[in-house]
Amino acid sequence: MDKLTNNQIAWRAAQDIADGAYVNLGIGFPEKVAQFQPPGRQAIFHTENGILNFGESPAKGTEDWDVINAGKKAVTVKPGTSFFHHADSFAMVRGGHLDVAILGAYEVAENGDLANWSTGPKGVPAVGGAMDLVHGAKRVAVITDHVTKDGKPKLLQRCTLPLTGVGCVTRVYTSLAVIDIEDGRFVLREKLPSLSVEELQAVTGAELFIPGPVADLICPEV
Amino acid sequence: MDKTLPDVARAVAGITDGMTVMIGGFGGAGSPIELIHALIDRYRATGHPTGLTVINNNAGNGHVGLAALIEAGMVAKLICSFPRSADPVVFTEMYLAGKIALELVPQGTLAERIRAGGAGIPAFYTPTSFGTDLAKGKPVEVFEGRSYVQERWLKADVALVKAELADPHGNLTYRAAARNFGPLMCMAAAETIVQARRIVPPGGIDPEHVITPGIFVQKVVEVPNPAQEEDLNLAKATYPLEV
Repeated sequence: MDKLTNNQIAWRAAQDIADGAYVNLGIGFPEKVAQFQPPGRQAIFHTENGILNFGESPAKGTEDWDVINAGKKAVTVKPGTSFFHHADSFAMVRGGHLDVAILGAYEVAENGDLANWSTGPKGVPAVGGAMDLVHGAKRVAVITDHVTKDGKPKLLQRCTLPLTGVGCVTRVYTSLAVIDIEDGRFVLREKLPSLSVEELQAVTGAELFIPGPVADLICPEV
Repeated sequence: MDKTLPDVARAVAGITDGMTVMIGGFGGAGSPIELIHALIDRYRATGHPTGLTVINNNAGNGHVGLAALIEAGMVAKLICSFPRSADPVVFTEMYLAGKIALELVPQGTLAERIRAGGAGIPAFYTPTSFGTDLAKGKPVEVFEGRSYVQERWLKADVALVKAELADPHGNLTYRAAARNFGPLMCMAAAETIVQARRIVPPGGIDPEHVITPGIFVQKVVEVPNPAQEEDLNLAKATYPLEV
């Protein structure tokens, strides 16, 4: 089965970010979205630890370890950057000031529930800002492989893992499709042209609704 | 008005067994390494303080700073949002062995609980964690059709905070994103102890640029070339240095 690479999923998510949008990218895979902004558009990226409008990663050896992102990787200052403390930073998050948050997922449910912080009781639990980020942004999007490493659906009727947030996800960009969550159901918007709806449904753990035309999901080699 | 002290040892001399200690920083940015190491020195010399409850975003990285404080056995409980790091072995081993307790708090809730503690607000409602395991047992209220979880303030006996500039009144500036939890913790502790890269005379900080007003700060000590946790970890440093 054809599927998009992680870069292509990130590219597709980046196409929906408007010029001037305030955006938080979750640590890890979602950080890639910043690389694929369409020419002429410039989003303003927020990081929980207190920087707005930060720039790209610095060259190795030139890091300033007081200028880092939420994943504790070095970033840079650019014209228009601001610094602020943690309470202001999360006021931006919960106060509804961000336009988009793009997060990773272990599981997403058709009711918009997200599980992305814990795979169960083993080991050391860690939540960071995940539970805050799912509340407040005008759009909460998920980027993810459509299935787990062993081929099981990640899009489900109900999450089985500990929840990060209830009813919070509005759109899912997967390796096979773009799916909106509306009124407690998965609404198929785009799919890989090489894939039939039946094939997509077979690897999706809840019913896909198709109220309108389904566009071809075509991404460049990036 | 002079809140300055001559050295880090004197700055942390009043911290006693069982205290709750807020420690600023997000990863290495803003971590008051020298104040933490002064506390470890005292513990190694006297056996005190121990049984501390520490509030920080993380659980240390490598074997310096907060990780070294935990490794020394001085911390009974950690309240944090993300006890993982590039090298989390110290906390991980002690936690899995049942030698340290953990209260996991979502990062924005942690910040707001500290802010509330400093602002005299005993409880507040947040959408964060509603419907999750971390909201279990907490009161829930509906406002304008949406559910919110009640969270309580966090206060501390002592806060250890790293600043960039300080004056003798305790007015502070911070450096870049090293600010993070610093201004909140300064408000929420009965005694705030600050290490500043430079202490300037009164008037040396433009009042327009003061981030933390001195009313929130009790002690200030100058640490001219503060260590950065990331640099120490790149050099595979441990504390205390084994010689």
